[in-house]
Amino acid sequence: MLTIQTPETILFWVLAPLSVLAALGMLLVKKAVHSALLLAFVMITLAIFYIAQDALFLGIVQIVVYTGAVMMLFLFILMLVGVDASDSLTETIRGLRPIAITAAIGFGGLMISLIARAKLGHGAFGLAEANKDGNVQGLAKLLFSDYVFPFEVISALLITAALGAMVLAHHQRTSAKPTQREQSIARFRQGTLGTAAGLPSPGVFARHNAVDVPALLPDGTPAPNSISATLKARGDILETSQFELGEVDKTVKEEK
Amino acid sequence: MNPYNYLYVAGLLFTIGAIGVVVRRNAIVVFMCIELMLNAANLTLVTFARINGTLEGQVTAFFTMVVAACEVVVGLAIIVTIYRSRRSASIDDASLLKR
Amino acid sequence: MVTSNSLVYLIALPLLGATILLLAGRRADKWGHILATLMSASSFAVGLYQLSAMLGRSTEERAISQKLFSWINVASFQVDAGLLLDQLSICFVLLITGVGTLIHVYSISYMAHDENRRRFFAYLNLFVAAMLLLVLGDSYLNLYVGWEGVGLASYLLIGFWNQKPAYATASKKAFVMNRIGDMGLSFAIMIAFATLGTVSFVGVKEASHNASQTALTAIGIMLLVAATGKSAQFPLQAWLGDAMAGPTPVSALIHAATMVTAGVYLIVRSNFIFDAAPTAQLLVVIVGAITLLFGALVGTAKDDIKKALAASTMSQIGYMVLGAGLGPAGYAFAIMHLLTHGFFKAGMFLGAGSVMHGMNDTVDMRKYGALRKFMPITFVTFGLGYLAIIGVPPFAGFYSKDLIIETAFNAGGAKGIILGGAALLGAAITAFYMSRVMILTFTSPQRWDEDAHPHESPILMWLPMAILAIGSVTSGFLFARGDALAHWLQPVFGEHGAEHSEEHLFSPIVVSAMALVAVAIGVAIAVIKYQLSEVAATAPENVSIFTRIARKDLLQDSFNEAVFMRPGQALTRVLVKGDDVVIDGAVRGIGRTALGAGSALRTSQTGFARSYAALILIGAIALIAGIWVVTQ
Repeated sequence: MLTIQTPETILFWVLAPLSVLAALGMLLVKKAVHSALLLAFVMITLAIFYIAQDALFLGIVQIVVYTGAVMMLFLFILMLVGVDASDSLTETIRGLRPIAITAAIGFGGLMISLIARAKLGHGAFGLAEANKDGNVQGLAKLLFSDYVFPFEVISALLITAALGAMVLAHHQRTSAKPTQREQSIARFRQGTLGTAAGLPSPGVFARHNAVDVPALLPDGTPAPNSISATLKARGDILETSQFELGEVDKTVKEEK
Repeated sequence: MNPYNYLYVAGLLFTIGAIGVVVRRNAIVVFMCIELMLNAANLTLVTFARINGTLEGQVTAFFTMVVAACEVVVGLAIIVTIYRSRRSASIDDASLLKR
Repeated sequence: MVTSNSLVYLIALPLLGATILLLAGRRADKWGHILATLMSASSFAVGLYQLSAMLGRSTEERAISQKLFSWINVASFQVDAGLLLDQLSICFVLLITGVGTLIHVYSISYMAHDENRRRFFAYLNLFVAAMLLLVLGDSYLNLYVGWEGVGLASYLLIGFWNQKPAYATASKKAFVMNRIGDMGLSFAIMIAFATLGTVSFVGVKEASHNASQTALTAIGIMLLVAATGKSAQFPLQAWLGDAMAGPTPVSALIHAATMVTAGVYLIVRSNFIFDAAPTAQLLVVIVGAITLLFGALVGTAKDDIKKALAASTMSQIGYMVLGAGLGPAGYAFAIMHLLTHGFFKAGMFLGAGSVMHGMNDTVDMRKYGALRKFMPITFVTFGLGYLAIIGVPPFAGFYSKDLIIETAFNAGGAKGIILGGAALLGAAITAFYMSRVMILTFTSPQRWDEDAHPHESPILMWLPMAILAIGSVTSGFLFARGDALAHWLQPVFGEHGAEHSEEHLFSPIVVSAMALVAVAIGVAIAVIKYQLSEVAATAPENVSIFTRIARKDLLQDSFNEAVFMRPGQALTRVLVKGDDVVIDGAVRGIGRTALGAGSALRTSQTGFARSYAALILIGAIALIAGIWVVTQ
């Protein structure tokens, strides 16, 4: 019969509230990147729980696969997709949020009360017996004997998923990529010649040449389109008015 | 302490994940919430393995991890594809089923 | 009973031919007709071999059987697919394959310019196979398969030129009227199984000894219905005239020599039932007598040479049915008349085909005349058939028909007088209308159109006609000499088979004399009316009411139309209306309900994945709540 030692109890009471808090934070923070980091924290606490519960192999896999690979994949996609209005926490579907929260509280309450009521009919056995040859060996015995067929099937699934992801992400151009020459011609053919020479670089004629500082036009006004759209979307842009030149001397004659 | 406590934690995490799926609009965050639900399920599996004294629960948790990995790979590929055509990662924008 | 393994080849060979020709498609166009003819001929050869083997055995061992496979094996209902070849079957086998082969040969030339000749030969082979199955089956159920098979072949061949709507309608008419008869046969089989517990010929024969009179009468009447359908007997005779829409070789083989005689075969084969059910037997003779007069009267009014011959066929089969209904004394004579009729009527149909071939497919006899000079061979062969059918000695019809008339007179009492009188009257009318056909076609002055160029047919056509003509000259004498056929068939009909009735109303010589006088009167009237007086090239309109009725097949079609078709159509319309309102209404109602429910539920579909996720969550809550309540 299993008796749980004090260190594990302490570990649990420290990590469990932290993991729940982190999960709640993941739900509530605005930026997806922060959500991802909080989720990674939850996963690491879970990995520790696994190891504490004699599931050494799973704990390591949890860290390597989840926090290592899967979460990195999430971050990579976040980088690819960038930041947009979907990060907003305001609800657009009317009435959905109260319903969701009520439902979730009901769901959680029912589940907790069910767990509290459940009786197994015996105490916890612990895995000392099952792990006597080592946890990895014990799992390997099961995986390659009783579960070898599901194991093979799941490997086929993994390969299929990898192929599927490649097919989905593969982008087939429907037309040839425009060459520089064509882009140049297109610029001159459009309605105004204002942008024919290309967009100004950030910081041009300005007092700072940082990427988040807009360029100044010849009349001294800032040019917002000189700053990368991503920076604008993130709001990482400095107030343009502070870079305006107060007075431009227009009396200077042009020399011939 | 009683190993059942791990089950309460799992239940709470699962509930939080479920709320997230409904409430959050960013498709990537929705995916993270799904991952959280899967992890909560894994925690119960590991805990039950310990309670029952066999490794079957851990084997199942292992399979769940592989399936979750597959799901993430395909799901993120779908998100990228949708983003590429609609310039948005909001799942509310992908509401073509209505029409 | 002796068993044999070679009976199946009789059927398998033509069936194989039909299968090959139908499956090979256009590839077989070049050699299909030759293959079909060879298949039919080899089946005939097998038949001859079986006959010689049969002659080599003693009388008791002549019948042989072959079990092919166990067909139906359900509790007490045991039917084997088995074949039975006895003295009766062999007559039919040789008639079918022999005449069939001759007609195959004839068709090679007759159908030479038809682009679907291969299909025609495939159907012909199919017919031969089905007809052989009909006469070789050892139970009513096996016979039924062949019965339906010949019906199918007949349908396909009548409608062979189905690009003409009238011909397609004719094949449909034949099919539908045959179905009525087929229902009779299936009822007969059902009653036989229900009351006697078996459907094989041997089994029914044994069980009939101690079966109830009612059951046997019911079976007999149902078999008679079947026979009237297939053999174009009153009141189901109307299809035969229209069946002449098919190519002429078909009319010769199916609608004169073989298929239409299947009804006679059925009655004769079921002799044990009719012998034990006098009521059914009486109905058989009544049907036979009515039909023989009916057909003869229709024949007098027809200007279409094929329809005249078809009416004659109807009438002659009436003779056979009459003979078969006269009980043990008449079975053998019915079969004898069937065989001789097979020769001379097939020969005459082929002759008619030859005439049509030479006359641009004209069938109106009023447009013929004086063809004797242009078609001497056709004239001679047709003429021999003519002499045979009207019953001039020593041609075939004289023997067979005389014997039936004689037996009819000997039936005893008023029945004998009436039946004999009817048969005698029929013989006179037959002589009249056949002479009319002969005179209008061959000997009267020519009345054809300008563009007709009558000519003799090629050898492939006249050779079969010549062989059949030889048959129509000699067969009667051969069969009747010393009651050869009657003795041959005796084992099939039991002890009384060849027993002549002792109480003669008239002596055979007197009957023959009366018949000859009747024939002479008929011929004389025809000669006066058509040979010695002018014949109009178009049918005169101002004719007596009787002629008009006869031209309309004695109003049979009008009667069917008024009594069966119109009420049937009205009933169908009511049923269609009911179907539309009740059944379709229910179906449409279900559709409308689903549609309404769908459009009502559609508003709940927002298209947002998150609202669907919320619904899933609510569903999960319901599930957990259920578990929570249950495990309380």
